Amino acid sequence: MEDKKLVLLDLWPSAFAMRVRIALAEKGIKYESKEEDLFDKSPLLLEMNPVHKKVPVLIHDGKSICESLIILEYIDEVWHDKSPPLLPSDPYQRSQARFWADYVDKKIFGIGRKVWAGKGEDQEAAKKELIEILKTMEGELGDKHFFGGERIGFVDVALVTSTSWFYTFETLGNFSIEAECPKLIAWSKRCLEKESVAKSLPHPHKIYEAALWLKQKFGIE
Amino acid sequence: MSNLGEVVLLECWASPFCMRVKIALAEKGVEYEARTEDLYGGKSDLLLTSNPIYKKVPVLLHNGKPLCESTVIVAYIDETWSSPPLLPASAYGRAQAKFWADFIDKKVFDAGYKIWICKGEVPETAKKDFIEILKQLEGALGEKDFFGGDSFGFLDIILIPLTSWFYSIEKFGGFEVKEECPKFSAWMNRCMQRENVVNALPDPKKVYEFVVRFRKMQGIE
Repeated sequence: MEDKKLVLLDLWPSAFAMRVRIALAEKGIKYESKEEDLFDKSPLLLEMNPVHKKVPVLIHDGKSICESLIILEYIDEVWHDKSPPLLPSDPYQRSQARFWADYVDKKIFGIGRKVWAGKGEDQEAAKKELIEILKTMEGELGDKHFFGGERIGFVDVALVTSTSWFYTFETLGNFSIEAECPKLIAWSKRCLEKESVAKSLPHPHKIYEAALWLKQKFGIE
Repeated sequence: MSNLGEVVLLECWASPFCMRVKIALAEKGVEYEARTEDLYGGKSDLLLTSNPIYKKVPVLLHNGKPLCESTVIVAYIDETWSSPPLLPASAYGRAQAKFWADFIDKKVFDAGYKIWICKGEVPETAKKDFIEILKQLEGALGEKDFFGGDSFGFLDIILIPLTSWFYSIEKFGGFEVKEECPKFSAWMNRCMQRENVVNALPDPKKVYEFVVRFRKMQGIE
């Protein structure tokens, strides 16, 4: 399996791309990372993801897999013999993991954007909603170490990457996520103790600089 | 094939998302109790406790344990009752099926909604966007009889229920899918030869009456 060429079309601040980096690191799989410029998309990206033209894209033996959660499932299936699986084996537990990862996708990114790029009443409403969403995730975590139980799993990988953006949300939104969701922050710190997570997430201050640059580029004040 | 316990589906007749689950259960020969939610009344206590996050149908209860989100439910049905398989056998085939299911979920219903909710004339862009989405799906279908290949499968199940709303979209949009996308229309006809599909889908004219009534209630007529 590892003989076949594996390429990740990547973007360092993308919380979606980070998920794939973690999964590949967890499984100890070697791959080539190609950094994309979203303002100058490569011909390879346009060819491999013609429908959405977005990253991440995993190219395995010339065939492309798109959408980060779908890529995670693919990695889990192809390299099922490597390391503990991301998804549980029981169908009901799997359905719950998929449900919560989908919840993260539906809720966090849209609201997160309104927090760091928004202002006034829109931003205030977005901050409130973000906290509610994170509290809901805390409820789902309960007393477990990780969403996956004793070790990180599908939902942990889906959610932890957004935490690299928390410093940006807090600074531009002028609020503290830790004050409202201490359990979730404690969970994120546990995740960061894992090498696969620590080396896949950029430093939050670097994300903040990238966000400031994006605001300037898009003329958001 | 054993039923493997008690199966209850919280549903409503007009929801294409519920139709997906009905088709999947029928394909697997699973007997279930359908409990219909009142579209115009309040939501049942069972629905509110089983799906506290979204409070929506479909909800599948298997031995009392709730499952929400139609794509998650259909995948669960495939994994729990193995025959006949709905998803492709290969990891890559499954990734492709899930990619297009995600595309369908992100695009099709909303594009149709933008047409049938219009007050007055439907903008050309709305019609163009809808047709373009169907053409992209035609591309994914290619020369195959079904999205699953020779046999009807996961992706066909995800998509065919949405077509029960096409009559309404065509009436308000002033176009016909069979003129604009003949390949797509041919695929629809092949699906409608299947008893499990016919049994799960309502008469499109009944959906149209529902849409007309919905528009009146929103003050659009």
